[in-house]
Amino acid sequence: MNLKLTLLIFLIALFILSLTTGHTTTSFSQGITALYYGDGPLGTVMRQIRLPRAILAILVGASLGVCGAALQGYLRNPLAEPGLIGVSGSAALGAVISLQTGFATYVWMGLPIAAFSFATLAVLLLLLLAGPRGSSLTLILAGIAVSALAGAFTSLALNLSPNPYATSEIVFWLMGSLADRSFEHVWLALPFCLIGWLMIGSIGKALDALTLGEDVASSLSISLTKTKLLLVFGVASSVGAATAVCGAIGFVGLVVPHLLRPLVKGKPSTLLLVSGLGGAVMVLAADIAVRVILPDRDLKLGVLMAIIGAPLFLHLIYKTRSALQ
Amino acid sequence: MHLFRLIAFYSVLYFFGTITLATENNPKVVSLNVCTDQFVMLLADDSQIISLSEISTDILSSAMAEEASKYHQNNSGAEEVYLLQPDIVFAGIYTAKATVNMLESLGIRVEKFEPANTIEQIILNMQRTGKLLGHTDRANTLVANFEARLTDLTTGINTRPRAALYYANGYTTGENTLAGQILDLAGFSNIASEIGIHWGGTLPLELLIMSKPDVIITGTTYPGSSRSEEILKHPALKPLRHVSSTDANWVCGTPYIVKAIEDLQTIHPDKMSTK
Repeated sequence: MNLKLTLLIFLIALFILSLTTGHTTTSFSQGITALYYGDGPLGTVMRQIRLPRAILAILVGASLGVCGAALQGYLRNPLAEPGLIGVSGSAALGAVISLQTGFATYVWMGLPIAAFSFATLAVLLLLLLAGPRGSSLTLILAGIAVSALAGAFTSLALNLSPNPYATSEIVFWLMGSLADRSFEHVWLALPFCLIGWLMIGSIGKALDALTLGEDVASSLSISLTKTKLLLVFGVASSVGAATAVCGAIGFVGLVVPHLLRPLVKGKPSTLLLVSGLGGAVMVLAADIAVRVILPDRDLKLGVLMAIIGAPLFLHLIYKTRSALQ
Repeated sequence: MHLFRLIAFYSVLYFFGTITLATENNPKVVSLNVCTDQFVMLLADDSQIISLSEISTDILSSAMAEEASKYHQNNSGAEEVYLLQPDIVFAGIYTAKATVNMLESLGIRVEKFEPANTIEQIILNMQRTGKLLGHTDRANTLVANFEARLTDLTTGINTRPRAALYYANGYTTGENTLAGQILDLAGFSNIASEIGIHWGGTLPLELLIMSKPDVIITGTTYPGSSRSEEILKHPALKPLRHVSSTDANWVCGTPYIVKAIEDLQTIHPDKMSTK
């Protein structure tokens, strides 16, 4: 309870801080007043630029945190993470293809649907390759292959675009950014993120049982197939939608559950919720940091997350290296 | 030694003078740049134009896309251009260095043009092209018409509404650029100057909204999709008065900027009544 409350307080504090971070220098109270009552330009800035950005940071962060915890719980492997195993990359590919072919424009919810479909394919492929126990080596190797392929096709689709700006956006799709997103993006992502969270939330008990092994889980009348399907569609739905609007942001799903796991004594069902909160806190903080560090340059969130996450990833590989051999 | 060379040079010139003069009167040309394409089309005889750049027919970049479609288009590669055997190649100073160097080393005369950002530069480029093509009189007439039209358009402006130029990725341009000049000549003040952007730079969306421009002029969007251009449709821009998009007439410093100015003035309070 204490941990959840602490994370929630952090979340609210960072949300407010995010709303008061930007190019326009305005006092804290002026900004918050404008958020509710402002008719002029400051009201527009607060409601149309900063508010959707902060909400998206929460949606994206929570999705990545929850999915990281769920994948790690199901595969019983601390290295499973949506970015590293290529789910985010595949979702980005789906999003790019739907945008460049016009599917996103002409089909209602076309953008998140395409990202969701590609993410589903990636998760299914990985579970197929990694097997039920998800050995680290196969998982990481399969993840590398899926990521590389998705990244290459994303670059190709953008290179072939008739739009001269598309090529320069490879970095956005591979690294992710929340700059100048609007409520249109919030409405595109929100339903898919919520559905995904609910699906994953419903398998918390199953993940707890799985820590005792598949036989025990089965004897507790837990359907492994149902758990697997809910996991696949839940991860694809929330990571797909988050990536479709903000690009692929890696390492959040790795760092957050890793830091929080000892605090919930390794219990997967509790870890899901706290990782959701923790992921939102982390992405909000990172998004404030990119605006403070390089305000004019749109520093990509994925860059910052890789700087934090990659050393931890190496540390985890070092710790689990005996299992890798 | 020096004197000897000079004598040799002039005697060669004397002997071949008549021949070179014949081709120099009517040199055949290839253009590698969308802006020099337009100067060439405006001033050359049809028979003088061997080939134009590929984007000369792109309606988003070339103000004379339709006229250009009746000429041959080249890919601006050295091999292709050399085989076309032009007397003069027209290029921009930013045309691929390797191509230009290769052509020059093969003995082709390459004339490099700076992109014109001011009226003076546009006029100089027109006169230079006219001279190179052997049509000085044609160039002078064109310059005279251009100047007369500009004087006509720029008189009678009393108010200067504040305008913002806003392109993909939140880019804007200041008074030292061609677009800034067009804005100024049309009778608008540029908010880029207010915030200290004199050439080009990023104008954060928040600052654009806070500076409350009277009108906002956005860039043309290209086919296909890009995140860079999504910012032009951001809901936060809706309360602003969005008027027109920059088009091919804004790309090159040619007499076609007159059309860009005319289009802009359809919303200028001092010019609307006279239309």
